[in-house]
Amino acid sequence: MTPVNASLKSDVSSSPDWEKIRADFPILQLNIGGKPLAYLDNAASSQMPQQVIDRLVRYQTTQHANINRAVHYLSEVATLEYHNARCRLQQFINAREDREVIFTSGTTDSINLVMHGYGRKFIKAGDEIILTTLEHHSNIVPWQMLANEKGATIRVVPINDKGEVEIDEYEKLFNERTKFVGLIHVSNALGTINPIKGMIDFAHRHGVPVLIDGAQAAPHITIDVQALDCDFYAFSAHKLCGPTGVGILYGKAALLEAMQPFKGGGDMITSVTFEKTIYNTIPHKFEAGTPPIAAAIGFGAAVEYLTAIGIEHIAAYELGLLEYATACLNDIPGVRIIGTAAEKTAVISFAIDGIHPHDIGTILNQDGIAVRTGHHCAQPVMQRFNVPATSRASFAFYNKKTEVDALVAGIKTVQKIFL
Amino acid sequence: MHTNSLYQEVILDHNRKPRNYGKLDHASHHATGHNPLCGDRLDITLQLEDDQINNIAFQGESCAICKASASMMTAAVKGKSRENAEILIHEFRELATGKLDTNQPHHLGRLTVFSGIRDLPTRVKCAILPWHTLHAALNSLDGASTEADDSAPTIPNHS
Repeated sequence: MTPVNASLKSDVSSSPDWEKIRADFPILQLNIGGKPLAYLDNAASSQMPQQVIDRLVRYQTTQHANINRAVHYLSEVATLEYHNARCRLQQFINAREDREVIFTSGTTDSINLVMHGYGRKFIKAGDEIILTTLEHHSNIVPWQMLANEKGATIRVVPINDKGEVEIDEYEKLFNERTKFVGLIHVSNALGTINPIKGMIDFAHRHGVPVLIDGAQAAPHITIDVQALDCDFYAFSAHKLCGPTGVGILYGKAALLEAMQPFKGGGDMITSVTFEKTIYNTIPHKFEAGTPPIAAAIGFGAAVEYLTAIGIEHIAAYELGLLEYATACLNDIPGVRIIGTAAEKTAVISFAIDGIHPHDIGTILNQDGIAVRTGHHCAQPVMQRFNVPATSRASFAFYNKKTEVDALVAGIKTVQKIFL
Repeated sequence: MHTNSLYQEVILDHNRKPRNYGKLDHASHHATGHNPLCGDRLDITLQLEDDQINNIAFQGESCAICKASASMMTAAVKGKSRENAEILIHEFRELATGKLDTNQPHHLGRLTVFSGIRDLPTRVKCAILPWHTLHAALNSLDGASTEADDSAPTIPNHS
């Protein structure tokens, strides 16, 4: 992430009105047990602004029908709006063509699509797949399933004590058997931003394609898939102020065309007889059945909303929250921040001496503070730091410093109770 | 002063100074409980003679709710018959899941301090784990898991 932008500081007129933006999110007005909600679980799922809610309502009340089928008015409108959403996503990640953007049910589905469509066709016995210790279970388990099926091997890049990938070790893992790399862009458990550009370039020098799990990056970092030159990039709508149940897989057109379909069904075919099926062109080849049309259109509205604020403004504001929260938590005796990478998004995983994360989470909840406690679907990361679980506060651009103050007060309450 | 319905002094005290903590050398029955949600583990060892729990101990890594529940459970069932222990297990499960009418006669005594857990579905498993594990030990099952409990709400394990 870029440090707080100097131009942003000097040019106040270009800085968004964050209080006004916060007011776009009706759920943030809630009181939980009489306390104002401090929603600090954005890495699990973000909240939805009224603009996106309104878009879903408008679609459902005036535009809904099935797509790519009938010739009637509503079907034409729904088909067009679904296509427009795809184009918005294409622009959001700067893909070369809209057909390189496939709607999936989310990041996990996207990764499974690559495993089935690419992995099962091109990975053979004896091949090696490189993953990092930071991966979310969703970028581990599908590759283990593939490795077990094919007789391939998973090689794991270690991380250092700050939670950063050890690049030297990454590069040492490559050999003639290396056939695929799966990299998390930003760690959901620790917030570490991986230097993926260099890692992609290195893999490409060995002729190895790279999949990026961007679930935690897309809400906070400008994604340019052409500049990154990644082969696949996956993320979910619900972490970008959009609905659940939809995400995308970006893939380079040539790779997507070479891949086998993942799911069979309607819409993904050109013709079907009981003797032979001709598959449709991309992206339709990978979108079997009726897609989550409303959610995809909501996704398009969500990235439009974020783009209007500006991802670079969001990143700068969130970095300010991260620096403030890090300093505040470092000042509390007995609190240890896990994951201190030089480059981080606004995620703070922490442990409190002698107190189990679930007790922390329950007591914070009584003060209206929503944090995640547990292993964050990243058990290898927990094992690396020798903790069963952590508490995690993850911030979005609609959070404010007073919510960090509430977290600090809540942590002190926890410590007082367990004194 | 922060009021707190669940983390009452008796629970905090049992968490700080757990009773019957450790492992019996000559146990007739034992079981290990596991909560996959948080990775908590609990070992229970006990000596059963003439269908009576003569001695019982627990050890493991867990949250305060689980540890206090285990500590108070061991104190409650020590010296009890297997049958009476099973009644307590049943009543505690009913209490934790909000099904027990505490106005009706029951045998839980101070264990009703856990009644507040019913309002926190994600924490019910923490309180129940020791009781599942005791049930498994009494019935010579190898282990218990909160995931096997149909009576508790399902906890979504998301990221």
